[in-house]
Amino acid sequence: MKSIYKISILFVAICILFGCRQFCVNFLGYPPEEQFTSFKINNKVDEIVIKEFRKRDIPPSPTCTDEVFIRRVYLDTGGILPSPQDVRNFLADKSPEKRKKLVDKLLSSMDFADYQALKWSDILRIKAEFPSNLWPQAAQVYHRWLRESIFRNKPYNKFVYELLTSNGSNFQVPPVNFYRAFQERKPDEIAENIALVFMGIRLDRAPWTEKQLSGMAAFFTKIGYKNTFEWKEEIVYFNPEAKADPKLNLPLKPVPLNGKPLDIPQDKDPRIVFADWLIAPANPWFAKCAVNRVWYWLLDRGIVNPSDDMRPDNPPWSPELLAFLEKELVSHNYDLKHIYRLILNSNTYQLSSMSNEWNVSDENGFSRYRIRRVDAETLIDIICQITAVPEKYTSGIPEPYTFLPSSIRAVKIPDGSISSSFLDMFGRSPRNTSFEAEKTLSPSLLQALHIFNSGHIQRKLDQGPVIKGIISDKKGDDYKIEALYLLILSRYPTAGERKIAEDYIKAPNTKPYDAMNDLAWALLNTKEFILKH
Amino acid sequence: MKNEEKNSIPGFALTRREALKLGLWGMAGFFVSDFLSFSIFADALKPVFSGGKAKSVIQIWLAGGPSHLDTFDPKPGAGYNYCGPYNKPIETNVDGIQICQMLPLLAKQADKYSIIRGMTHGNNGHETAAYMMQTGRKTGGNLVYPGIGALVSYFKGYDGGYKGMLPPYITVTSPLGRFSEAGFIGSRYKSFSTGSDPNRPLFAVEGIISEKIKNDRLASRKALLGKIDTFGSLMASDPAVAELDNFQEQAYSVITGDVGKAFQFTEEKNELRDEYGRNKFGQSCLLARRLVERGVPFVTINDGGWDHHKQIFPELNKRLPVLDKGVATLLRELAERGLLDSTVVYVCGEFGRTPKILWEAPWNGGRGHYGKAFSVLIAGGGFKGGRLLGKTDERGETVTERPVYPWDLNTGILGLLGVSPDAKLPHPQGKDVFASALASGEIPEKERGGILNEIM
Repeated sequence: MKSIYKISILFVAICILFGCRQFCVNFLGYPPEEQFTSFKINNKVDEIVIKEFRKRDIPPSPTCTDEVFIRRVYLDTGGILPSPQDVRNFLADKSPEKRKKLVDKLLSSMDFADYQALKWSDILRIKAEFPSNLWPQAAQVYHRWLRESIFRNKPYNKFVYELLTSNGSNFQVPPVNFYRAFQERKPDEIAENIALVFMGIRLDRAPWTEKQLSGMAAFFTKIGYKNTFEWKEEIVYFNPEAKADPKLNLPLKPVPLNGKPLDIPQDKDPRIVFADWLIAPANPWFAKCAVNRVWYWLLDRGIVNPSDDMRPDNPPWSPELLAFLEKELVSHNYDLKHIYRLILNSNTYQLSSMSNEWNVSDENGFSRYRIRRVDAETLIDIICQITAVPEKYTSGIPEPYTFLPSSIRAVKIPDGSISSSFLDMFGRSPRNTSFEAEKTLSPSLLQALHIFNSGHIQRKLDQGPVIKGIISDKKGDDYKIEALYLLILSRYPTAGERKIAEDYIKAPNTKPYDAMNDLAWALLNTKEFILKH
Repeated sequence: MKNEEKNSIPGFALTRREALKLGLWGMAGFFVSDFLSFSIFADALKPVFSGGKAKSVIQIWLAGGPSHLDTFDPKPGAGYNYCGPYNKPIETNVDGIQICQMLPLLAKQADKYSIIRGMTHGNNGHETAAYMMQTGRKTGGNLVYPGIGALVSYFKGYDGGYKGMLPPYITVTSPLGRFSEAGFIGSRYKSFSTGSDPNRPLFAVEGIISEKIKNDRLASRKALLGKIDTFGSLMASDPAVAELDNFQEQAYSVITGDVGKAFQFTEEKNELRDEYGRNKFGQSCLLARRLVERGVPFVTINDGGWDHHKQIFPELNKRLPVLDKGVATLLRELAERGLLDSTVVYVCGEFGRTPKILWEAPWNGGRGHYGKAFSVLIAGGGFKGGRLLGKTDERGETVTERPVYPWDLNTGILGLLGVSPDAKLPHPQGKDVFASALASGEIPEKERGGILNEIM
């Protein structure tokens, strides 16, 4: 009797709970369970992320299509579009592993190294002129070192160690340029920058104190700089005799942020002591900052956001996710490509950018791929790619003038002083500071005018051998339309789009050649082309 | 502190300049947000900064550094090794002001402009000197400041009530380079560079006037785009998509509307165009007039090629008449059209050139970089005409009277536009930074000449 009573209470309770859930789903707009269960778990990233979605009651968008994926992953890893043949092959491939295979291929490409080197060049402010004043040759060797380090997948801890501890000539030992790229080369300026770049923290404000800043600055008081007989050559070296400017009021013993004042022997380079502390697996900032940056680069928002502003009152979107990626980086010998691979293969990265009824206003999360404008360097590169008309990048200042080979992509420009009004207009980083926010993706009227109506873009459409080739091909309009779509939007046109394009070309009083050129123009001006999605 | 004592004496009358200096001195001593210092400061500057009647600025930038001895500060008494062939300066229409003999048209307009002969900053590197002249700041520190054009674009552009369809900061024709115009306030405030050449039969302003695509063709392109922008219409409610769409619509109305007319000279008389000079610089001056007429707050004419290390005189024989025609006609026209009162026009480079001529090879009569003393021509927008400010010695080598530093110059110009020195700038990391270097105590007392009250 008693047990029946218990069971019926349990039954009623279940009914009420279930009823509540249904009520919530039906009347309060709560997302139904299938919205969560349909989320594919590709790896551990997804396991953690789906928990966050559930916690917030925000179901993710579905996984994106292959057409969307191939364009997205080429742009995000290499700043480049897939060729029409790449698209055809990928779409025809029936292998369930094809996305994974593509990710592997892209991560080992030189394009990947070029594009990631651009991101690091922004942060390290590689620039011949003001305010880094590296000088053209030094900027070039520094950039080449960066690019090779990324291509060879140098362990991230080793990469940073070289940047922070090298001695020698700015022409012979490229990473010494790290300490040259400062306006005043003062210890506090250097400490603030290192904290920002490798720890993702802003030492000049709360919660950090003046004392903590100067404790860290004291590591950088023994850096010597001297000239040689070679024009603009400079040696960076450990100078035990160097004295900090007394006005800075630095402590004699350097203090790591989470530690006690250190006694460093006179003959030991304090930069080495600092670097050892920084790259130690126990360092609470180093690996976190690195994985958070990669996440930001791929998903347009840091797990901690802004990605270079970690502090207690700016908590991560998911502490578990950040801790997981941090652990993966350390346990995989600081292999950053491993982190790229984890993220790119996750279903979280591969979500569609289209919102569902519940995640429309999810501005701060990752329940859909965040739509953003293609960045300045990539945008001009892909316009050059589809038209096969290269840009010319030169720098008339300072002498000696710099001329880059005409086949060079904008993402490969080594020196931020090499100017282009297109790049400036579309928000490339001026490399004045190391903040990620230096680079902007916001659209503007001038940008719209430029793509719409500038001679610069129109000449590329007119003269580009690829587009010209397609338009003057003897094959039918249907073939030409398809070829332009594959070339510019990296996908086949839909039946509806084919019809619209054909009608436009066949309209009375139109010259077929001009009409095709108009189609190429229109595709270049679609949101689908200008935005990443 | 010294200024407190002085201020406490009843009936002690401060001149505006003294009060300004004291106010600033006080600020340097106090924490920058000290309310008292600000109020002293604001009161001292009120007559200048609230009465600002300038609406626009035309900056004529002679990149490379024009020689002050061969333009606005001639030194005929210094001998051949200093003035070379230009040893007979001419009288202007203002008593006591003489300028280089190569500038006869400007000589007839001297009542409209003042010459600052005490300009100085002491820096001889193009990059740093250009940064100082454009930003009105010293180099150093962790910040890269915006140039004055970007500042005006911030205060007087779209965020400051400007409603025009023309960009609020326009550079004719190519960007300044050497430093990043907008500094930390962001690329939104950078200038729009027209590209091309206003002296060409068709001045194809990038993005606005197309050489090839006529409006009817653009209309059918736009209609096609509307139909095939599948993703755009599917995602129309996404903020990133909507924002881009909005700019594309605006772009279309700019191209097909009246905006482009500012760049077309068809309604200008041939004689007038000749008077400005049928060359890139002259027609750029004419364009600048057309732009300020339409309310554009800041126009830079970027005229390169003034870095005359070698054989300066043959070069100047070609360039000075071009400069003379362009600037003199611009001033005359602005005055006649009643625009000079509301338009600051100033002519300068990043520095002057070494007064002593380098006759030896490889220079063969050239001049080096010289930041210790040089000149600026300034007119309109509240600046008086017919005045000299500051003086150099008999060879033009040092400033002997009333130095003017880049921060003095920029603060003065901003003041006439109604931008107070302590107006806050948007800093991405939320730091307290102000429109003028003078407002944040970063300039030591000995490097302050005072803003340009004498010629306002």
